Amino acid sequence: MAERTVAVGSKVGLHARPAMLFTQAVAASGASVTIARPGGAPVDASSILFVMGLGVKNGEEVVLAGEDEKVLDELVAMLATDLDAE
Amino acid sequence: MSASPITGVGVGRGAVVGPVARAHPVPRVPADAPSPADPAAAADGVTAVFAEVADTLQSRAEAATGTLSEVLSATALMARDAALSGQAAAKVREGMAPSLAVAQVAGQFIEMFTAAGGYMAERATDLASVRDRVIARLEGLPEPGVPALSRPSVVVAEDLSPADTAVLDLANVLGIVIEKGGPTSHTAIIAGQLGLPCVVRATEAAGLKDGDVVAVDAAHGTVIVDPDEDVRAAVEARRAALAELATDTGDGATSDSHGVQLLANIGTAEDAERLTDAAVQGVGLFRTEVLFLDAQTAPTEDDQAAVYARALSALGGRKVVIRTLDAGADKPLAFVTQPGEENPALGVRGYRLVRAAPELLTTQLAAIARAQATTGGTPWVMAPMIATVSEAADFADAARAAGIATVGVMVEVPAIALRARDVLAEVDFVSIGTNDLAQYTMATDRLRGELVDLLDMWQPALLDLVSATAEAGVELGKPVGVCGESAADPVMALVLTGVGVTSLSMSPAAVPGVRFALRAHTLARCQEMAAAARAARTAPEARAAALALVDAHVRAVLALD
Repeated sequence: MAERTVAVGSKVGLHARPAMLFTQAVAASGASVTIARPGGAPVDASSILFVMGLGVKNGEEVVLAGEDEKVLDELVAMLATDLDAE
Repeated sequence: MSASPITGVGVGRGAVVGPVARAHPVPRVPADAPSPADPAAAADGVTAVFAEVADTLQSRAEAATGTLSEVLSATALMARDAALSGQAAAKVREGMAPSLAVAQVAGQFIEMFTAAGGYMAERATDLASVRDRVIARLEGLPEPGVPALSRPSVVVAEDLSPADTAVLDLANVLGIVIEKGGPTSHTAIIAGQLGLPCVVRATEAAGLKDGDVVAVDAAHGTVIVDPDEDVRAAVEARRAALAELATDTGDGATSDSHGVQLLANIGTAEDAERLTDAAVQGVGLFRTEVLFLDAQTAPTEDDQAAVYARALSALGGRKVVIRTLDAGADKPLAFVTQPGEENPALGVRGYRLVRAAPELLTTQLAAIARAQATTGGTPWVMAPMIATVSEAADFADAARAAGIATVGVMVEVPAIALRARDVLAEVDFVSIGTNDLAQYTMATDRLRGELVDLLDMWQPALLDLVSATAEAGVELGKPVGVCGESAADPVMALVLTGVGVTSLSMSPAAVPGVRFALRAHTLARCQEMAAAARAARTAPEARAAALALVDAHVRAVLALD
C-alpha cells in the first residue's frame, strides 16, 4: 500500500466542483483509493459524500493511499492545482 | 356551468387556462416499516433505484444549461455515490426496510453536512432531494417536487421552495397556484418577475388533480375548475388586452405629461441583460445580496465590480439604483449572519452589518466605483434598513468618499419615514421599500401568509408614512421612489403618483399595466385619488375610494375591481 501527502490547491478547498472532479477521477481510474486527513480515518476517495465530509480547506494536507502508484501520482497532481480555476 | 371558484391571493394581472400539473410532496417513511421478506433481493433493489435516480438526474442535467445543469449534475453524483447506496443496501441486507435504510443513511450524511455549515449545509438540501426521490421510487409514489412538464401546464403545489422554482421548465409553465405562502413569498415574487399569472394561499387547490383544466385569474385571485366558454372568452380577452398594452413602450407619464419613471427590480446581472430591449426607463432596485447568498466567503471587489459593470453596460445610459448588501433576517449569509438572533428581522441586518463587518460595505462601494469608472455609467447607490438620520449621513459620507455621485437610502423603517425631511437633507434621494415598511409599521412578519391582511399596502397608517416621505421630497425637490411590490398595483401606482412619488420600480412584467393606468389620468386626478384614499379609515375603504375615481376603461382592461 502506497501513500502520498498533498496540500489541496483549490481556493474553495475540497468542496463543490473540485470535489466532484476529484471523485470522478478516482472512480474513472478503477483503482481503490482512500483519502484521509493526516492521522485521521481513511475514507473511500471515490465517494463525493465522504470527500466533502472531510471538510478540507485550501492549503490543508490530505493523505491518499492505494495500490496503484501511478494513479496516486496523477491524483496528487490534480489536488495540488486549483480545480476551480479551469 | 362552472363550480364556484377556488379563491386565494392573486399576483399580477394575467389570466390563463391550462391543465394542472401537480408538484408532489416529500414521502414520509413510517418508523415501523416491516422487514423485507427477501433481504438480498431488496438490497439489490435499493442499489438499482439509486442508479435509476442518478440516471434520471444526469439526463436532466444534460438537457439543462448553466447553474441548473451544474446543480443537477452534482445531485446526480450524490445519487451515484458508492458510500450512500452501499451503506443503505448493507442495512437492507441485515433486514431493515429499504425506505428506512435510505432515510437513515442519508440522514447521517445530512447531519454531518449540516453540522459543517456554510457551503456544506447547502449541499444537505441536494442530498435530501436524492433521499426523497429514492424513497418515493421505492414506495411506488410519484417523484417529489415539480414534475417534468410535457405540455404547457399550470403548476399546482402545496408550496414551492426556491430549489423547486429553479428547476421549473419555464417554457411549459402557464401559471402557478400554491396552497400556502403570501403575496411577498418567494414563489409570488418569482412568478411576478416572469409575468406568470399566480394565485397564492389557494387552500382549496389541495383538491386539484393532474390533468384537471383550470382557469387561473391573478387579477381576481381565483382558480376556476372546468371553465365554461364565458370564462375562457374572458381569459382570452384579458390576455389580448395585456398583450396590446405591452406595445406601448414610452416613458411613464400622466395624461397631462407629469413624468413618473417606470423602473424594474432586478437581482442579478443576467436580469439586467434581459432588460436590454425592455420598455423600462432603468432599474429602480438592484438587490445585490443575490451575489452574496451562494457564497461561502464575501465576494471580492474584483468579482463584484465585474457583475456591476455587466449590469451597467446592459442598461446603457439608463438609470440604475444599486442597493448595498441587504442580508440578515430571511436572507442569512454564511459568513456574516450572527447565529442565534432571537428576532432577526429586528437584528443586525441591512446597513446595520456595518457595525459587525464594516469591510463588506467598503469593498462593495469600491467595487461599484470601479464599475462606474470602467463603464462610464453613473449608478445611484442606496443603503437598506436605515433607522436614523445619523446612519443616513454616515452612509452618504462613505459612498461619496468612494466616488459615488448620487447617494440615497431606503425608507423601510417607520422612524425614517417620520423624519424624511432630515434624511433628505443628508442624501440625494430616498426609495420606499413598501414590503418592509409594512412589516415594520404593522409589526407583522411578511412571511406569515395568514397575516396578509395586516400587510395590505392600503392600510391608512402605511399611506400616511408614504405620503409624509413623498411630501418631504416634493418640498426639498429631491426624488422619492417606491420599489416594493405595491408599485405594481395600477391603482396604488396612481395614488403614489398623487402623493408625489417620482419613480415606481416593480417586476418588469407589471410595467405595461401601470404605464397604461398612468396615461389615462391627470396628475390632479391622481391627487384626488390619494386624498380620497387617505381620508378612509380602513384598508378596504381606502382602496375602494381610490378605485371609484379610476377611469372605467382602465378598470375593465386591467380587471380592477
